[in-house]
Amino acid sequence: MKTLSEMAAAPTVEAKAPTQKRPLPFNALIGGSLLIVLVVLVVLAVAGIVWTPYDPLRLDLANRFLAPSWSHILGTDEFGRDVFSRIIIGARTSLWISLLTVLLAISIGTLFGLLAGYLRGWTDRLLMMVNDALLAFPGMLLALGLLAIVGASQYGIVLALGLAYIPTVVRVVRSTVLSLREREFIEASRVIGNSELYTMWRHIAPNCVAPLIVLATSMFGWAILSESALSFLGLGVPPPAATWGNMLASSRPHLVTAPWLGFFPGLMISIALIGINLFGDALRDRLDPRMSR
Amino acid sequence: MDTVKPLLRVSNLCIQVATDGPLAVDHLNFDMAPGEIVALVGESGSGKTMAARAVIGLLPPPMRVASGRIEFMGSDLCTLSYEQMRAVRGSKIGMVFQEPMVSLNPTLTIGQQMAEGLRLHTDLDEKTILARSLEMLRRIGIDDPQRCLNAFPHEFSGGMRQRIMLASVMLLRPKLLIADEPTTALDTLAQADVIELMLELTREEGTAILFISHDLSLVVRHAHKVVVMHNGKAIESGPTQQILLGPKAEYTRQLLEALPTRGHLDSAPVAKPLVDIRNVTIEHPGRQGFLFRGKPKRAVDEVSLQIAAGETLALVGGSGSGKTTLGRSVVGLVNPQAGEIFFDGIDILKSANREHRLQCQMIFQDPVSSLDPRARISQILAEPLRHVPGLSQAGRAERVRTILHDVGLSPIFAERFPHQLSGGQRQRVAIGRALIRHPKLVIADEPISALDMTIQKQILELFERLQKQYGFACLFISHDLAAVERIAHRVAVMQQGRLVEIGTTAQVFDNPQHAFTHRLLAAANPLVRRDDGSYQLRSSAAL
Repeated sequence: MKTLSEMAAAPTVEAKAPTQKRPLPFNALIGGSLLIVLVVLVVLAVAGIVWTPYDPLRLDLANRFLAPSWSHILGTDEFGRDVFSRIIIGARTSLWISLLTVLLAISIGTLFGLLAGYLRGWTDRLLMMVNDALLAFPGMLLALGLLAIVGASQYGIVLALGLAYIPTVVRVVRSTVLSLREREFIEASRVIGNSELYTMWRHIAPNCVAPLIVLATSMFGWAILSESALSFLGLGVPPPAATWGNMLASSRPHLVTAPWLGFFPGLMISIALIGINLFGDALRDRLDPRMSR
Repeated sequence: MDTVKPLLRVSNLCIQVATDGPLAVDHLNFDMAPGEIVALVGESGSGKTMAARAVIGLLPPPMRVASGRIEFMGSDLCTLSYEQMRAVRGSKIGMVFQEPMVSLNPTLTIGQQMAEGLRLHTDLDEKTILARSLEMLRRIGIDDPQRCLNAFPHEFSGGMRQRIMLASVMLLRPKLLIADEPTTALDTLAQADVIELMLELTREEGTAILFISHDLSLVVRHAHKVVVMHNGKAIESGPTQQILLGPKAEYTRQLLEALPTRGHLDSAPVAKPLVDIRNVTIEHPGRQGFLFRGKPKRAVDEVSLQIAAGETLALVGGSGSGKTTLGRSVVGLVNPQAGEIFFDGIDILKSANREHRLQCQMIFQDPVSSLDPRARISQILAEPLRHVPGLSQAGRAERVRTILHDVGLSPIFAERFPHQLSGGQRQRVAIGRALIRHPKLVIADEPISALDMTIQKQILELFERLQKQYGFACLFISHDLAAVERIAHRVAVMQQGRLVEIGTTAQVFDNPQHAFTHRLLAAANPLVRRDDGSYQLRSSAAL
């Protein structure tokens, strides 16, 4: 009889299929190498605090628009500032702003999403009404409006972009919760005698992690880009401070004569985005008990 | 039979997972004559579905036919091109799937879906197609076929949808119908209906049926030949009677023995009722319309019944009869609109005391969705203990170890996740979670209907043993009368929200009073074990 029950273990084929489709070593390889890319970026950002090849803010009008060479490996910009030094300094600002933005949007959005999805009824209707009203504005417009109120600064951007992204998070979390709350393990938790709050925290929230990670990693990308867009409009981190976004923005008039000014910040943004996205995928698989052994 | 040229001959069929994987089907052989009904029986993972899918050329990607021949009407299906195979599908070989809820496209009307096959495989004009569809719908017992053609699938019940599915497949008059567990998702009554209809339609057209099922008792009633499959191999095959009278293989015998027999011959223990349900009425709110809500739907209508301490009361009825809703109201998941429910003398609807919740646990139907996919088994089992005061960490761990042992799982399962367990093992965990707090009452909502036959038997046995050990009362909600007969002291029958009959198991099964009970019994498991170890159809149920 024991063997019979073990043979019947075959129906789990369905559950195991994803692991077979995704060979883990390959995944681990990608995840690992991208983790390294991220670590290098972070080290770069942190190192910038203590050391940069040149002072990123020092003007050197004699050496404007130098092409990449051994003394200035990524060249110099229109004020003769060393591009490599500015990229190092910019890494810190850009990544820090994006990180804070994502954390703000995810934490507040998750909270409201959980409440709306789990409590339903009037709470849900009220929250979603406000949420949909916010969603109706383009995120950029919302951020611009908010920045006009709080003023352009590093944390002003974080606040503005964070608030602009919250509605999306609320939507995603709420829809996940709506499908989860119909599952029997939620009822089982109630039958056990667990409070609603405990059920929400212990059983619903952890099961929202997968879509949240995917969302967070793509939001990280939006944040870097939006920050550049805001800088471009003159509402970003005010000069002379460097971010990848405002470097890209200020390179525009010189795109033909000094293409490296735009190329390298753009390259850094791309590398960071790809790295974060793939890292997010790997992280999601890692955190899902169904994917890892 | 041998003189007739076979319609389908499967010889040495091997199906492999990818090019170097294990064999899902291993040298399978069987013949089908025109009009013959052949049953492929086996548990999940036995390869029965894969064999059938190979016949219609729809193996899911990693699977492939490694060797062997599938001769159908004189040509080898394995050698046909994609286009040639498409011409065979639908017109010569039809297929009915297991899940009526998802096998019809929800965005197309019934008429559009029925016409699809005819448009593809015949040159009939729209008018003839319409006429044929209408005629077919009339034949399957749809009152208003014109309206049905314009209706969408969600307007029909599962049984109805399966009839419609069957109708649209049979519209093309295929020579062979593959029915893959066509009734597993339906309740007993709808099951009997659909099978009868299937037999009727195919008899008229002379269509052969390849019937795939895990339920041996269902199959032997209708099939001419049975092929018992296990781990991809045909363990035993032959005429149905031969298999029933003298099952040769050990595995076939196990399958037959898995059919439950009557258990409790002793009458119910007489005791003060633990649960006293008085005139309970429960309504589901109506559908939200444009301005107003629709009329509420009465799911449970003035039901009164008692459950004594330590007894098992089975609640049977078709789907939609309100049995699950009633069960949920006892654990407090649904609030009745009227009536009283006393638990141990306390009115649980009025009292704010949550004590009864601790004494009242529930086992759910679907072991896949009833366990949190992100929690380890030990965490799932320990969770109810949060509400037991004064229990140390070590005490909790000890209780988890004990319950794992009691439900027959080895301690290594403690650190696993639900997806690493089979359906039967998951249901054991669900039972353990319900019992770890030693409740006085357990509500089991169709606890075995999602499991394979032999696993069902194991779970029922486990349930009985645990009931003796822990002494809980049980409200056993099920549409499976065979299981009920085995496990219940008393049986209550519900139809459309009303309680129509209640009595001891012997009374209800041997001398049913209500017409609905008669119908339920006639549709249920018909096999009886004889003293010499052979099986025969129960005379009253034979068709």
